Amino acid sequence: MISRDKLRDKIARMVSATAIYLREDVKEALVKAYDKEGSPVAKSVFKSIIDNVKVAEDEKRPLCQDTGTLVFYVKAGESFHLLGELASIIKEATIEATLFTPLRPNAVDVITGKNSGDNTGERIPWIEWEIVPDCDEAEITVMLKGGGSEGPSLAKTIPPGLGVKEALKMAIDTIFEAGAKPCPPVILGVGLGPTGDIAMSLAKKAIIRRIGKRNPRADVAELEDKLLQAVNALGWGPHGVGGCTTALDAHIEMAHRHPAALAVGIAVNCWALRTSALRVTKDRVEFLTHKSLNLEGE
Amino acid sequence: MAEYHLSTPISEEQVRKLKIGDVLFVSGTVLSSRDAGHRRTLEYLNERKPLPVNFSGMALYHVGPVVKKEGDRWKIVSAGPTTSARLEMYEAEFIEKTGVRVIIGKGGMGSKTAEACKKFGAVYTIFTGGAGALAAKAVEEVEKVEWLDLGVPEALWVMRVKEFGPLTVVIDSEGENLYDKVKKQVEINLKKAYSIIGLRTES
Repeated sequence: MISRDKLRDKIARMVSATAIYLREDVKEALVKAYDKEGSPVAKSVFKSIIDNVKVAEDEKRPLCQDTGTLVFYVKAGESFHLLGELASIIKEATIEATLFTPLRPNAVDVITGKNSGDNTGERIPWIEWEIVPDCDEAEITVMLKGGGSEGPSLAKTIPPGLGVKEALKMAIDTIFEAGAKPCPPVILGVGLGPTGDIAMSLAKKAIIRRIGKRNPRADVAELEDKLLQAVNALGWGPHGVGGCTTALDAHIEMAHRHPAALAVGIAVNCWALRTSALRVTKDRVEFLTHKSLNLEGE
Repeated sequence: MAEYHLSTPISEEQVRKLKIGDVLFVSGTVLSSRDAGHRRTLEYLNERKPLPVNFSGMALYHVGPVVKKEGDRWKIVSAGPTTSARLEMYEAEFIEKTGVRVIIGKGGMGSKTAEACKKFGAVYTIFTGGAGALAAKAVEEVEKVEWLDLGVPEALWVMRVKEFGPLTVVIDSEGENLYDKVKKQVEINLKKAYSIIGLRTES
């Protein structure tokens, strides 16, 4: 049986690795963007991003000083043996990872402005739950959501008559207005659905999807291609210095809408897209990303 | 695009050679300053109190580093730039009164800073946002820290750096602004972006 302490340590290792090692698909996308870039200024910015990723790996330091906000997505079986304790395990793992990485403490009381010092606080780390019937395993995903790129993110409900085209226009306008602020090249997530909170939640999940992977629906996949092409036509380039890659990818997720409302969520992430996942069964923990962690001693 | 490697103290003549889009690497002394640090520096200058460091010819970095103390020595763990726009309200006066030559930040600065760069001979450069590990690697030593009472991120960190960069020149000493130029082009490109998603725009 995987014990409570063991799972806590594994989650802490996952959080720490997420801060240090950029996802492989993001690294590949950055190298491709560097190769494609014609402007020497943009190339120099891409090179410094790629160099930074390497330095972080070599020296085991967080690749960005901004820890971000810790968001966990938990998909847990109804009979997973640590289900009842999982929320407190995640909180303890967050404190542990903050200490040993070290991570910059980033959780601030909304009213007093006081920093808790350990990346936990009221409702933080945030956990989104999905309970799976007839299952005894759990899949835990963590996202370190950067603060700077949260600035331009938004949710708005529009008359459905304006259509999906208006939603895509909103996404383009968001990146147009944001310029250098969200640390481009960005990863753009668009959520479409009946209410603002649902749309925003879908937009966030859209960001996590692997770079280059398309929505399984062909008509939506085509919209994603067009949106990516349109955003890159803007020409902001890396960190706004001008160039052909402003976004590494654009993903769209949907839920059926209300007849009278189309809610649009737009989530923006900086190039430092930091997420990872692990699966835990009754007697095993397996890292689904950052697989080298699987080889570490028990 | 030209590439420059300069050591502090940097002269007015050297800094006036830099043009927007040029890439710069700095060696020597870099001083950190964020909101509270800017406020206190100006306060000291206006009250004619002596500053703990000489800013003249130095590089000023908008950063709140992650640090750790090993024995009695400070080490910089991560030191990516913070958003410079917040410091626009102080920077022109800062440049005028301290003689700082190179400002390092991210996200761009406004017309008052550009005016001061032109008048007094300074440049505003950006270091890649998020690249905190790369920045920390260029720091050879923390020479000293002042004003720790402001808190670690706001304190005045005096860092000896080697080949700190690449820094992209965004505002040069003629007051030209790379971001303004890129923005003009992006405004033109917006119509093309709309047409890709099938939106027609009136021309």
